Amino acid sequence: MTLPLSDIQAVLPELIVVAAACLVLGLDPITPQSKKTWLAWLSLGSLVLCVPITISQMGTRVSAFSDLVVLDPYACFWKLLLYLVSGLTILLSLAYLKAERINLGEYYGFLLLSLSGMMIMVSAVDLLTIYLGTELMSLSLYVLAGFKRFEARSLEASAKYFVLGSFSSGILLYGISLLFGVAGSTRLSAIAAAVANRGLDDPALVLAMILLVVGFGFKIAVVPFHMWTPDVYEGAPTSVTAFMAVASKVASFGAFVRVFLEGLGGLKANWYGLFLVVCIATLVLGNVVAIVQTNIKRMLAYSSIAHAGYALIGIVVAGQADTEGAVRSAGLSSVMLYLAVYAFMTLGAFAVVAMLRKGGLEGEEIEDFTGLAKRQPIAAFLMLVFMVSLAGIPPTAGFIGKFYLFLAAVNAGLAWLAVIAVLFAAVSAYYYLRVVMVMYMRDLDISAGLAPRFASSPAMTVVLACAIAGVVILGLYPDPLVSLTTSAVLTLK
Amino acid sequence: MFDLLVTLIPALPLTAVLLNGLLGTRYSHEVAHRLGWGSVAVSFLCAIVVFADTLKTGVAQEVTVYTWIFGGDLTINLAFLIDPLTCIMLLVVTGVGFLIHLYSVGYMHGERGFTRFFTYMNLFMVSMLLLVMGNNYLVLFIGWEGVGLCSYLLIGYYYDRVSAAKAATKAFVVNRIGDAGFLLAIFLVFVNFNTLDYTQVFAQAGKLSTETATAIAICLLIGAIGKSAQIPLYTWLPDAMEGPTPVSALIHAATMVTAGVYMIVRNHVLYDMAPVAMTTVAWVGGLTALFAATIGLVQNDIKRVLAYSTVSQLGYMFLACGIGAYAAAIFHLMTHAFFKALLFLSAGSVIHALSGEQDIRKMGGLKAKIPWTHSLFLVGTLAIAGIFPLAGFWSKDEIMAHAFTHHYYALYAIAVLGAFLTSFYMFRLTYLTFYGQSRVDHHVAEHIHESPTVMIGPLVVLAVLSVIGGFPGVPPEEGWFHHFLRPATTGVGEEHSAGLGLVVALMSAATVIALMGWGLAHYLYSVRPEAAQRWAAGAPRAYQTLLNKYYVDEIYDLLVVKPTKRLGMLCDWFDRTVIDGMVLGVWRVTQSGSAFSTGFEKYVIYGLINIMGYANHLSARSWRKLQSGMVHHYAAMIVAGLFILVHLILVWWTGSSVIGLALR
Repeated sequence: MTLPLSDIQAVLPELIVVAAACLVLGLDPITPQSKKTWLAWLSLGSLVLCVPITISQMGTRVSAFSDLVVLDPYACFWKLLLYLVSGLTILLSLAYLKAERINLGEYYGFLLLSLSGMMIMVSAVDLLTIYLGTELMSLSLYVLAGFKRFEARSLEASAKYFVLGSFSSGILLYGISLLFGVAGSTRLSAIAAAVANRGLDDPALVLAMILLVVGFGFKIAVVPFHMWTPDVYEGAPTSVTAFMAVASKVASFGAFVRVFLEGLGGLKANWYGLFLVVCIATLVLGNVVAIVQTNIKRMLAYSSIAHAGYALIGIVVAGQADTEGAVRSAGLSSVMLYLAVYAFMTLGAFAVVAMLRKGGLEGEEIEDFTGLAKRQPIAAFLMLVFMVSLAGIPPTAGFIGKFYLFLAAVNAGLAWLAVIAVLFAAVSAYYYLRVVMVMYMRDLDISAGLAPRFASSPAMTVVLACAIAGVVILGLYPDPLVSLTTSAVLTLK
Repeated sequence: MFDLLVTLIPALPLTAVLLNGLLGTRYSHEVAHRLGWGSVAVSFLCAIVVFADTLKTGVAQEVTVYTWIFGGDLTINLAFLIDPLTCIMLLVVTGVGFLIHLYSVGYMHGERGFTRFFTYMNLFMVSMLLLVMGNNYLVLFIGWEGVGLCSYLLIGYYYDRVSAAKAATKAFVVNRIGDAGFLLAIFLVFVNFNTLDYTQVFAQAGKLSTETATAIAICLLIGAIGKSAQIPLYTWLPDAMEGPTPVSALIHAATMVTAGVYMIVRNHVLYDMAPVAMTTVAWVGGLTALFAATIGLVQNDIKRVLAYSTVSQLGYMFLACGIGAYAAAIFHLMTHAFFKALLFLSAGSVIHALSGEQDIRKMGGLKAKIPWTHSLFLVGTLAIAGIFPLAGFWSKDEIMAHAFTHHYYALYAIAVLGAFLTSFYMFRLTYLTFYGQSRVDHHVAEHIHESPTVMIGPLVVLAVLSVIGGFPGVPPEEGWFHHFLRPATTGVGEEHSAGLGLVVALMSAATVIALMGWGLAHYLYSVRPEAAQRWAAGAPRAYQTLLNKYYVDEIYDLLVVKPTKRLGMLCDWFDRTVIDGMVLGVWRVTQSGSAFSTGFEKYVIYGLINIMGYANHLSARSWRKLQSGMVHHYAAMIVAGLFILVHLILVWWTGSSVIGLALR
C-alpha cells in the first residue's frame, strides 16, 4: 500500500503537531529544569508553522486517505481557532506553571497531543477516525487535569474525568458500532446513504443516534451530561481548565455538527426535538446554578455549560424541519461565530483568574477579587470587559455572538426559543456582574488575611492583549469573521 | 463639513473618555475636568451648528460613519439620523449636560475618584448621544445599554457604601428586564421588515397588521418603562439617588430617564397603528404621574422628593405620548430637563452647604443663609408647579389641554389631580427647606456657606431657561417648537385645534390648581405648621402607607427577588443531591417493595447504577478515598439522561404524551 503525496500534504499540520509533541516529550528528560521554557517556545513554534499551511489549504473540499479525512474551509476554520487557543494557552501556562511549581516539559507535549486529536476530530469524516481523535484529545486531557500531582483536588479531577470520560466514550463507541452494523461502513457518507434508505423510523438508527448524542453531549458538557464539568474545572490547573473549557469544547462542537449534519442529517426530524430539550435544560440549569457559586472556576464552569446551551440553539435551528438552506446555514455559521467569540472571552477570563495569587496558592474564590479595581485597575478593567462580554452586553463580541444566534432562531420561526435565551442571558448578567461589583464596589479588608496579588508577566500580557483585542474588535467590526464562517459553513455537505 | 460636525458630537466626549480613562492618573485633576466639560462644550457648539443647518434646510439627513455588521440580507451601519427631533434632543443633552459638567467641577471638588467621575460622565454623554442620534434600532440599543451601564457605575460611585452598591445593582437588574422587552421588539422589527433602519421601517410600516404593530409597540413600551421608571419598574429610580447629585440631575432627571419618551416619539408611526398600545402608554403614564406624586407628598429626603417628582413628570410625558401629543411630550421633556436639573443642582447646593445633610426635617430657615440657592430653588419650584408664565406651565398645560380637547376626560382628571399634588409637594419642600425655624444641627450650622461661582453660574443659566424655556411653545400646539418638530411627529390623525376661549379656560384652570397646591402647602407648612402633623396623625395608616411607598419594594422582594434566589439554591441543591435521592429512593423501594419488583430493581436498576462502583473496587483501591462515591452518581446521571432521551423519542413516535405532542 502506498500513500500518495497529496494525502501526506493534507495532514501536514497534524504531522507537524504530533512530531513537535514527540520532540518535546523526547527532549524533556535531557532539558535542565531552568530551560524548560524552551520546550514551550518549541511547541509554540510548531503552531506558528501550521498557521500558514492551514490558511493555504482553505480552498475547496479535498478528501484524503480514502475519504477518512477532508480538508474544507469548515475544518480549517476550526483548526485555526484551535491553533490560536492552544498558542494562548501555552503563553498562559508559562508563568502559571512556574508559580505552581509544576513546570514540567511533558505538559507541552500532552497539550500538543491533545491538540492533534482535536485537529483530527474537526477534519475527519469517518466515525472511527473521529473517535480516535476524541480519545487522543481526552487521554491527554486526563493527564493534564491531574498535573498538580501534589494536590488531591487535581488528582480527583483527573480521576473523575477519566472514569466518566471512558464511560461516555464507551457509549459513543456503542453508537458507532450500531451505525456500522446498519450501514456496513463508518464513513459519514455511507451512513447518510443508509439513513436515506432506511428512513426515519428505523429503531437501530435512532438508538445509535441517541447514543451519539450522549457521547458528544458529554464532551460539550450539556445537561444532563454536564455533571463532571464543575468538579473537573475546579480541580484542574487553571491553564488546563481554560484549555478544556475552550479548545475541547470547540473541537467537540466541530465534530458534533459535522456528524449530525453530514452523517445523520436525514434523521433531523428525530434529533431536532432532543436537541431542543437538551438546549433549554442547559440554558436553564447552567445559568441558574451559576448564580450561587462562590468559586470563580466553578462559576465559569457553569457559565461554559450555559454557553454550550446558547451554541446549541444554532444546531436546533439547522434541524428545524421547515428551515430553508439559507436559514440552516445561518444557524450553523452562528454556532461557529459564537464559539470563536466564546474562545476569546473565556480564555481572557481564565487568564485573569490564573494571574490572581493568594500567598503561594491560587486566588480562585470570587471573594478574592474584592477591591481589585483599586490595586490593579487594568486587570480589573479587563475582567470587567470579559464579564460584560460573557453576559452579552454590547458593544462587546459576546453581544454579536448572541445576536446572530438569536437572529437565526427568530428567522427559523423559533422566536420563543430566542425569548427564553434572552431571558436567561438577563439572568446571567447577575452572576457576571457580581464579579464586577466585588472588584469595583468593595474594599479589601487587609486585616482579614493575605491580600491576593497579581502575578503578571510579559507572556500573560500578550494573552490578555489578544483576548481583549478579540472581544473588542469582534464586537465593533465582526464582518470579516462573519463572512468567513458564512462561507466556511457552505462546504458542509 | 456637516458630516464631520455630526460625527464630532459623540466623538469629542469619547476622546475625553479615552484620555481620562487611560491616562487620567498621569495628570492633575485640573486637566481632567477641563477635558471633561471642554469636550462637552465643543459638542454643544457643534450641536448648535447642526441645529441651525437643520432649521435652514428643514429636512432629515443621514450620516453614515461605517458599516458595522453585514452578512446575508442584514446590513447595519453605524449611522446617524439628524432630524428636528434629534436636534432638540441633541441641544438638551449637550446643553444641560455641559452645565451639569461645569457644576460638577465645584461639587465634586476634593472627592476621591474625581477623574473617574468625569470619565464616567463623559462616557454617559457618548452613550446618550448615540442613543438619540442613531438611525437604526441597533445603534439606539447600544446607546441604551451604554447609558444603563454608566448609570450603574455612577449610582455606585461611592462604592464603599453598601446602599450605593445595592442601588446600583437594583437599577441595572430592573433595567435589564426592560431591555429584554426592547430586544424582542428589535427582533420583531427585523423579522417583519428585514431591516433595522428607521426610515425604511417607518416607510413600510403600513404593511403591518394591527396585531403585529401592537406587539412591537408593547415590547418597546416594556423597554421604555424600564428606562424611564414607570409603573411597575419605577422602583430603581428613587434608590438611584445614592449617586452624587450631579449624576441625579444629569442622568436620573434631565436625560437618560427621558430616553423612553424619546424612543416612543421616535416610533410614533408604529404606535399610531396600535390603538391598544397607545391606550396602555397613556394609562401607564397617567397612573405613574399620580402614584409617584402621592408618594412624593410625605418623603423626607430632599433628593427622594425630587426623584418621585421626576417619576411623576415622566408619567406626564408618557401620558402625552399615549394621547398622541408627541410634540407636547418632547416639549415637556425639554422644559423638565431645565427645571429639574435646576432643582437637583440647587438641592445639591443645599446639601453642599449643610455638609451632606439630606433630611428636610433637619433643615429650615435657610433662606437668609444661602440666598442665591434659595432664589434659584424657588424659580425651579415655580416652574415645575406650573405657575404662569414659567416653562413648566406651558408644557404641562399643553398636555392637560390636549387630553381635555381630545376627550380623554379620565386622564385629564388624573393629570389635574397630579398637578395639584405636584404643586403641593414642591412648595412643601421649599417651605420645609428654606422657611420657618431652623432645625439644623448646631455643628452643621456653623459651616453653612453659599456655593462657589462655578456652581451658582450654571444654576443661573438653568433658572433663566426655566423661566423663558416655555416661550418657544407658545401658543400651545401652534408655537415655533411645534412647527419645527412637525416633520418628525406628525401622526395619522387630523389636527383639530380648540377654540381660543377653551384654551384660556383650561389655562386658567391649570393656574388655579397650581395656586391651590401652593396655598395648601403655605397653610400647612407656614401658617399652621402643627396642622400638618395633626393631619398625618389623623390618618396614620394612609400616612404610613405613603411613607413606605405603598410597600412596593417589599412586595417585589417577596414575590420576585426572594423566590429567584431560592430557585437558584434549589437548583444547586438539585444538581448536587438529586442522584443521591434517586439512589436512596430506589434503595427504599427495594427494601419495602413487593417481592417480585424487589428482584428486578435490585439486580437491574441498582446494579446498573453501581456498576461503576464495582469496577472501581476491582481496579484501584487507592481511588476510593478520592471518589467518595460521587463518580458513580455522575455516571448514573449520564445513564438516566440516555433513558430520558430514548423515552422522549418513544413518546414522540407513539404520540401518547403531552411532551411528545408539544414537540411535534
